[in-house]
Amino acid sequence: MASINRLIAMLESLEDDLVVCMRCGMCQSVCPLYRETRLETDVARGKLAILDGLRNALFEKADGVAKRLQRCLLCGACQAQCPSGVKSVEIFLKARAIISEYQGLPPVKRFILRKILAVPERFHRVMNFLAHCQKLVFKDTNSLSGTSCARIPVPLLGKRHITPLAKKPFHERVPSMYRQSSEGPTVAIFIGCLIDRVFPSVGEAVLKILSKVGAGIYLPGGQLCCGIPALSAGDWATFRNLVRKNAEVFSGEKFDVLVTACATCTAVIKEVWPVMMDDEPPAVFGKIRKISERTVDITEFMIKYGLVEKGKKLSGHLKVTYHDPCHLRKSLGIWKEPRAILDSLDRYTFVEMADADACCGLGGNFGLEHEDLSEGIGLKKAQSVIDTGVDVVATTCPACMIQLSDMLSKLGSGKPVKHVVELYVDGL
Amino acid sequence: MSEKPIVKDLKAILGADSVLTAPEDKVAYSYDAAVVEPVIPIAVVQPKSEKKLGKVITYCYRYGVPLTVRGAGTNLSGGTVPHENGIVVLTGRLDKIIELNVEDMYAVVQPGVITARFARTVEEQGLFYPPDPGSQAVSTLGGNVAENAGGLRGLKYGVTRDYVMGLEFFSAEGDLIKTGSRTVKCVSGYDLAGLLVGSEGTLGVISRIILKLIPYPTARMSMMALFADLLSASQSVAEIIAARVIPATLEFMDRFTIDAVERFSRAGLPTDVEAVLLIEVDGHPAQVEDEAKKVESICRKCGALNVRTAKNDEERDKIWEARRSALSALAKLRPTVVLEDATVPRSKIPQMVQAIEEISREFNVQIGTFGHAGDGNLHPTILTDKRDHDEWKRVESAVEAIFDAALKLGGTLSGEHGIGVAKAPFLYKEVGRASIKYARRIKGALDSRSILNPGKVLWLNDCHRE
Ligand SMILES: Cc1cc2nc3c(=O)[nH]c(=O)nc-3n(C[C@H](O)[C@H](O)[C@H](O)COP(=O)(O)OP(=O)(O)OC[C@H]3O[C@@H](n4cnc5c(N)ncnc54)[C@H](O)[C@@H]3O)c2cc1C
Ligand code: SF4
Ligand code: SF4
Repeated sequence: MASINRLIAMLESLEDDLVVCMRCGMCQSVCPLYRETRLETDVARGKLAILDGLRNALFEKADGVAKRLQRCLLCGACQAQCPSGVKSVEIFLKARAIISEYQGLPPVKRFILRKILAVPERFHRVMNFLAHCQKLVFKDTNSLSGTSCARIPVPLLGKRHITPLAKKPFHERVPSMYRQSSEGPTVAIFIGCLIDRVFPSVGEAVLKILSKVGAGIYLPGGQLCCGIPALSAGDWATFRNLVRKNAEVFSGEKFDVLVTACATCTAVIKEVWPVMMDDEPPAVFGKIRKISERTVDITEFMIKYGLVEKGKKLSGHLKVTYHDPCHLRKSLGIWKEPRAILDSLDRYTFVEMADADACCGLGGNFGLEHEDLSEGIGLKKAQSVIDTGVDVVATTCPACMIQLSDMLSKLGSGKPVKHVVELYVDGL
Repeated sequence: MSEKPIVKDLKAILGADSVLTAPEDKVAYSYDAAVVEPVIPIAVVQPKSEKKLGKVITYCYRYGVPLTVRGAGTNLSGGTVPHENGIVVLTGRLDKIIELNVEDMYAVVQPGVITARFARTVEEQGLFYPPDPGSQAVSTLGGNVAENAGGLRGLKYGVTRDYVMGLEFFSAEGDLIKTGSRTVKCVSGYDLAGLLVGSEGTLGVISRIILKLIPYPTARMSMMALFADLLSASQSVAEIIAARVIPATLEFMDRFTIDAVERFSRAGLPTDVEAVLLIEVDGHPAQVEDEAKKVESICRKCGALNVRTAKNDEERDKIWEARRSALSALAKLRPTVVLEDATVPRSKIPQMVQAIEEISREFNVQIGTFGHAGDGNLHPTILTDKRDHDEWKRVESAVEAIFDAALKLGGTLSGEHGIGVAKAPFLYKEVGRASIKYARRIKGALDSRSILNPGKVLWLNDCHRE
């Protein structure tokens, strides 16, 4: 009991945010997980209630609450529509961090997060090794969508159809770049792990786009993960380390805007960095805030800088639909921009799918830890895509791309999944 | 009977995966949307079929285990807060639309179907299910029937009760009772459906509902009218109805709410007005046009500062966005929100709004009022922080004063949110002790072991729970 009191004291900082929830239950209408299970602890209201219960000493141990907090896609849908303005995702992230600080991380997780993710050289070495091994481990299941599934059982991956790692990651293709521009803004690029490792062509598309507008380009080497995998596993220390180092990496040159082509990275840098790092020394926090304030999603950038001309469009012979990544639409309110871009492409005709903003079901670690639930949500999404009869599905988040490919492939559909910027540069 | 064997038996009946007993899960079913004390149940069950649901009830009857049915848990009166020795029965897995009969215009549904999903499915067939509680995106049809939920369209289209053609429900003994039918007319036996509607889970557990549907109106038009004083707004309401125009929705927002909405969403509402009416007429295109004109001219005649008519869907959405965001805008001001629904005869709205303003001043609490002007159903919304004990005491006094004011004006404690436990201490003030005793005799006869949501609704006075 004595030690649970320590946890209760640690949770004190959440009180003012927790009381904002009026238990109206309206978050049930948007929670992808609740839709599957109809269970209260899967939706924000229930999670907030048991956290409050933990704070009020209703439980003897933290395990049960911790386990239920992990059952969450961190998609932000609840937060986006909460009538009371509860910052649920922020609360969940902080609570996960507090509880795992109290409990200590499980050793394997701690090893992966602290010893691999947080150390760039080691991370790259491990990933290169995996990229090299994957031909041995995976067999191709679908050549069109490019997914493969495990040849030998890998416990962590279960029966997923995995989009393979690229042979040569983006940071080896373009290790760093600095190009000044006389007219345009100077644009910093944050690449993000998945684009670097799985979809380097998206990174290359971003470079092409920036060149097209004549922008200055600032792509510093040594970039790290945005930190969300560590934070959602409750590893606050690793998260902080990653953010601090990233802030350092981007402090070499001046820039006007920072773009990312990963919806999750954008949301994390914009929304999570400032609230999770606000107790850093002012000098460090200043750097972090500066980056955060200047970060925009690539599609927003393209619209702002006039890359999309309205009106003179041919009706394309290929049909394309768009999946809204939760982190772009629900966290940042961006949904018109990618559609406007797709709508402007001569080769394509845009078709809206049913529930385009429904979550794809991946949710980072969630997809690995709760495979069946993730699949239940994901297959619905894939079916919506198939029902539109499109030739290709576009989105703006590499994680969603992996999940969509996986789910489409499971339904036996080889529809290609592309990033909006890939389709855009195809037409250049 | 103690907790352990009950849990074991329930698992045998339903399968272990349908019975939740972890402390965390139980705490998550100790509350609903009302601001009342939570109570932790001994177990939570989620039956996957109507048959299993019946078995749970039979079991509870045999061993005298209290049970509280829970749909979405969005009621605002504590109706799903369980008994401390009881279980919670979830209807979430009973969520099938069993039949949608377009020709005969009815549907048969299970109780866990979500209201908005049902309304959407019906609309796809060109039909209309009008009851639209503000919680429809999450509420269940079972919960709507058990609360007799209303909504924005009450004035013209009525409330849930007006669409219930028949029910199947389990009695306290676990027997399946059928009442009503798929026909518009039916007088076979007592109108038991009438008894069950609004019974808040205290007389039976609803397992199937036959709902009436109507044709979808082909046209609609929305307007927003701004007034410098309450009286002219209320005068407009009276005259609109006197002119034989029955709007589908006729909503009201007071000054406090308008300010909050404006600050919250910048919907372009002028903040120097005392009252806003939001009006929608629907039906046949020609009739809609005619009625919209009438409404507009009546509002102007009664002194509206401005009347805006939506010219397209986008403008219509904007108008209703203002109303939809009323609760959010208010809720964001303070941590705790007490949403009341005192209701008065339509013509008494100005007096009621005035009384609420006086109460707000007298007890020094913040109250924003919005609601359904067409049917006199107001939602005085009290904004507070439950952690402040002194303020909370004042809130409780203010709530009681609001009830008294509504009753004095010939109204009721609750237009649509139900009695539950939150309003049970005050029920006698409205209906008198004899009515409660009479209702208790019915309850006693139908639920001899007092297992169906015990402790709700029928309190004899403020200190006596059954
Ligand atoms: C933001 C908000 C807005 C709201 N707006 C409105 C509104 O405009 N109009 C309105 O009328 N209400 C409104 N409500 C109140 C509430 O949503 C309604 O009362 C709704 O009908 C409750 O449905 P539910 O599924 O949540 O039921 P629950 O809250 O789960 O249950 C309500 C009651 O019904 C009983 N019950 C549930 N299912 C069954 C069953 N199958 N058999 C027997 N008994 C059962 C429960 O035991 C309980 O007593 C609002 C609530 C919120 C939070
Ligand atoms: S998180 Fe928001 S939407 Fe969900 S119950 Fe709480 S206040 Fe309501
Ligand atoms: S973040 Fe997403 S999955 Fe998690 S509770 Fe909110 S809506 Fe549900």
